[in-house]
Amino acid sequence: MPKPKEKLIVSALALSGWLTIFTTVGILFILIFESSQFFREVGIWEFLTGTQWTPLFSKKEYGILPLLTATLLTSVIALLVALPIGLSIAIYLNEYANRKFRRAIKPMLEVLASVPTVVYGFFALTIITPFLQSFIPGLSGFNSISPGIVMGIMIIPMISSLSEDALFAVPKSLRDASYGMGATRFQTVFRVLIPSASSGIIVSVILAISRAIGETMIVAIAAGQQPRFTLNPMVPVETITTYIVQVSLGDVPRDSMEYRSIFAAGIVLFIITFVMNNVSLWLKRRYHRQYE
Amino acid sequence: MNKLIAKNINVWYGDNHALKDVSMVIEPNQVTSLIGPSGCGKSTFLRLFNRMNDYIDNFKLGGEILINDQNIYDPSVNTEELRKKVGMVFQKPNPFPSSIYENVAFGLRIQGMKKKSQIDEIVESSLRKAVLWDEVKDSLKKSAYSLSGGQQQRLCIARTLAVEPEIILMDEPASALDPISTSKLENLITELKKNYTIVIVTHNMQQAGRVSDMTAFFFMGSLIEYDTTRTMFLKPQHLQTQNYITGRFG
Repeated sequence: MPKPKEKLIVSALALSGWLTIFTTVGILFILIFESSQFFREVGIWEFLTGTQWTPLFSKKEYGILPLLTATLLTSVIALLVALPIGLSIAIYLNEYANRKFRRAIKPMLEVLASVPTVVYGFFALTIITPFLQSFIPGLSGFNSISPGIVMGIMIIPMISSLSEDALFAVPKSLRDASYGMGATRFQTVFRVLIPSASSGIIVSVILAISRAIGETMIVAIAAGQQPRFTLNPMVPVETITTYIVQVSLGDVPRDSMEYRSIFAAGIVLFIITFVMNNVSLWLKRRYHRQYE
Repeated sequence: MNKLIAKNINVWYGDNHALKDVSMVIEPNQVTSLIGPSGCGKSTFLRLFNRMNDYIDNFKLGGEILINDQNIYDPSVNTEELRKKVGMVFQKPNPFPSSIYENVAFGLRIQGMKKKSQIDEIVESSLRKAVLWDEVKDSLKKSAYSLSGGQQQRLCIARTLAVEPEIILMDEPASALDPISTSKLENLITELKKNYTIVIVTHNMQQAGRVSDMTAFFFMGSLIEYDTTRTMFLKPQHLQTQNYITGRFG
């Protein structure tokens, strides 16, 4: 028989485990409940294909596409910055750098990940945007390229550290095989190591995009608040997250359509990141099995 | 033809003196076995011939390794070129995580060969030489990992043969294989020596006896005895050799 004190501890631990599950289920329930109210008045098809998003105007349109394109645009720009740099860092650290350099650079990379995003946002607005404006004429003060670049910098450590783990997990025997065949270091990296680590690298990319899609502060500060259906990175846009912030900060009455629209936007965001995280989990499991 | 000559070889890993003044001449178109207990330096010695020890920290070499009268540790030697000439088969089959076809084509691709018909042809001939063609000809696009261990090891041999080496180094190539796969591999080795010089490290005395023409016995970093396999097994000069071969230690 376990002692009563031990029983108490075990139940406390179990309770905290259940708490996270309840929270998730609760959030999901409210998201679904509130957005189902929303979709009673706005058709799903109209919501998904409409190119006007004007819930706060007198003539209300509820087409999510402008928010969605803005979200994807800033995230893709972030990825274009983060993938080449992050992957290069991973390759360099894993294949070329000596141990001393590795030990010095890794904590510095972690610093990038721990900068508060509000700082990144102001960095984008007050430094990157003016800098870009100095050689891109017509670049608006709010735009998607500047926060995109800064989000890219923010997610570099995610890509570099997860990709490095994946490269590190490539068995030494494959390196031996490649060098033994007369491959150069460069050929070994690009023809053996990266393909072998590809599922791990893809996981890092998916998680990083997922992070960029959910990122709020940087885009809210530097990308603007104008829902606009465009792929032009030079003009102000509004992402899903920014819209949610905008409405949450204002004083919209509960049970209004404005209020419900943030849940509709939220559930779209949730579905995207949920799918991406699960795809990456599935891939991760697959690559752990690969060499067995 | 290309003799392999080791002249007064000394190897250190940091303070560990792994090979002590080893000199040896390996004859072309023969199979030479390197035998000895674990840690005796035989694998280190094998890996000198394609410079695979270069990646190990604190590796230090004294002496010369000559292939075609050229010291392969001379600074002017291109390691990548050397490794195309001196192929290697490892202890555990290590195919790349790609198709059977791409595994064999790897060496050709890194040399910049583009023509598909030419690559097709070499892939087929290499798989034939490795006696694997009939087993895989209908599944060339399948993952190399779908093959059995023995097939994977023959695939690795085919991959090595594709770049037309002159010398093939084998580091305990059968240690991870079952008896049937092992005997297939041994037949293959006997077949290959017509065209290649083969040096093989093995822990298996019967295997050394079956496949090799010459046998070298290493002990604690020194070459104790080197002679025809027949002499080594029937009347070795040294007591240590005799004890090892008859299984009294090691």
